Amino acid sequence: MRLRTAGECGLLVELADLQEVHRLAAAVRAADLPGVVDVVPGYRTVLVTTDEPAALTGLRDTLSSLPLPDPEQVSSRVVEVPVVYDGADLAEVCRLTDLARSEVVARHTAIEYVVAFLGFTPGFPYLIGLDPGLHVPRRATPRTAVPAGAVGLAGAQTGVYPAASPGGWQLIGRTDVVLFDARRDPPALLAPGYRLRFVEAT
Amino acid sequence: MIVVQRPGLLTTVQDSGRPGLAHLGVPHAGAADAAAYARANRQVGNRPGAAALELTAVGPQLRFEVDATVAVHDRVRFVPAGTVLDVGPVGSGVRGYLAVRGGLDVAPVLGSRSTCTLSRLGPPPLREGDRIAIGRDVAREPLAAELVRTERTGPLRLLLGPRDDALTDAGLHALLTQAWTVAPASDRTGLRLDGLPLERAGTAELPSEGLVVGSVQVPPDGCPVLFLANHPTTGGYPVVAVVVRADLPRAAQTAPGDVLRFAVQP
Repeated sequence: MRLRTAGECGLLVELADLQEVHRLAAAVRAADLPGVVDVVPGYRTVLVTTDEPAALTGLRDTLSSLPLPDPEQVSSRVVEVPVVYDGADLAEVCRLTDLARSEVVARHTAIEYVVAFLGFTPGFPYLIGLDPGLHVPRRATPRTAVPAGAVGLAGAQTGVYPAASPGGWQLIGRTDVVLFDARRDPPALLAPGYRLRFVEAT
Repeated sequence: MIVVQRPGLLTTVQDSGRPGLAHLGVPHAGAADAAAYARANRQVGNRPGAAALELTAVGPQLRFEVDATVAVHDRVRFVPAGTVLDVGPVGSGVRGYLAVRGGLDVAPVLGSRSTCTLSRLGPPPLREGDRIAIGRDVAREPLAAELVRTERTGPLRLLLGPRDDALTDAGLHALLTQAWTVAPASDRTGLRLDGLPLERAGTAELPSEGLVVGSVQVPPDGCPVLFLANHPTTGGYPVVAVVVRADLPRAAQTAPGDVLRFAVQP
């Protein structure tokens, strides 16, 4: 691992792969280190922040020598997301991929995606594993309002909009599953390291 | 109750924000000028972390239905029931704070009363007709007077990293020597800075990673963004340096058209 400074109260740890990211994030949380405020996974990094600069001093050494749990020990679960595949851009996606609707749905639901991390908006998952045959460009003109629960594709990404927002993703379906509810405990349905499966709803 | 007769330009409820939830994509939010916010709370004797109003450029017009003690414009005053307080322009800087003794009693979301202008968590910005209750978040008596420190001037001090290698030597030199102008599309999420685009070392995209308040991020167009209190939790463009915490209040008080410079913290 390589450690980089992120201001007076942050360390950015670079790791070899996503599995190491999840193992380190789990280890830091479990260690309950004094002064640590946030542990933020990325694709290849974990950002650890502290409340005071003084807490950062010992953290470098601690992070370098923290034993990582075995991959199987990192808590995870599979979350199923039922989707009605009737998105406004589904026909366009079929045209762009040269696949029939049934094939688009089959390929989208075949994968057990890995939640790399959450970001962009509360509860929004960056998912790994989209079938390369479903890689499509973003819409040339983004929509000003995409409803919450919309399921879409953009480049190598697929995901669900947790809340209404503007967006340029190609919409292929919708789900009633609530990705983020501030009144719920925990508020986010997903977490880094979880797996996700889309299931066609009837 | 406090009744909002005119909301002002952008008036939001802020406290010390939502730490510890960045891994869920929840922005920290909270007062953009943490020092001025803390000062207003101290002046009315509130507990640190009590909710106050953050004013932008022009403040609200508020009618107090009950007696209240209020700090605004760095003055404390007793406001009898029935008073209409027209806060007016914020004064020096772009953000001001209005603290009411007892704090603002709005429903907390994820442990904080802050309006998150990025994710829309928390109460919405103030609108005409809103009614806000006053809480009981006090710690001690109001201050008779507080020494207001003279603001430090000069460049905003930076710690280089984590991705200072994303700029060429020339690019880094330019970051530290140019006069940057705060662009109109700046807000409590971040300041967009206009100037000569910075030279990046290579064009490889960076996989998204967490970022901290004060981050100076350089997108492909070479014009830096200085992230403030309501910054996003992750970003895909390199952060070449981070403004030191002590200089964040000053950064939060710059307005479109202002000129700022950077220097590496010795």
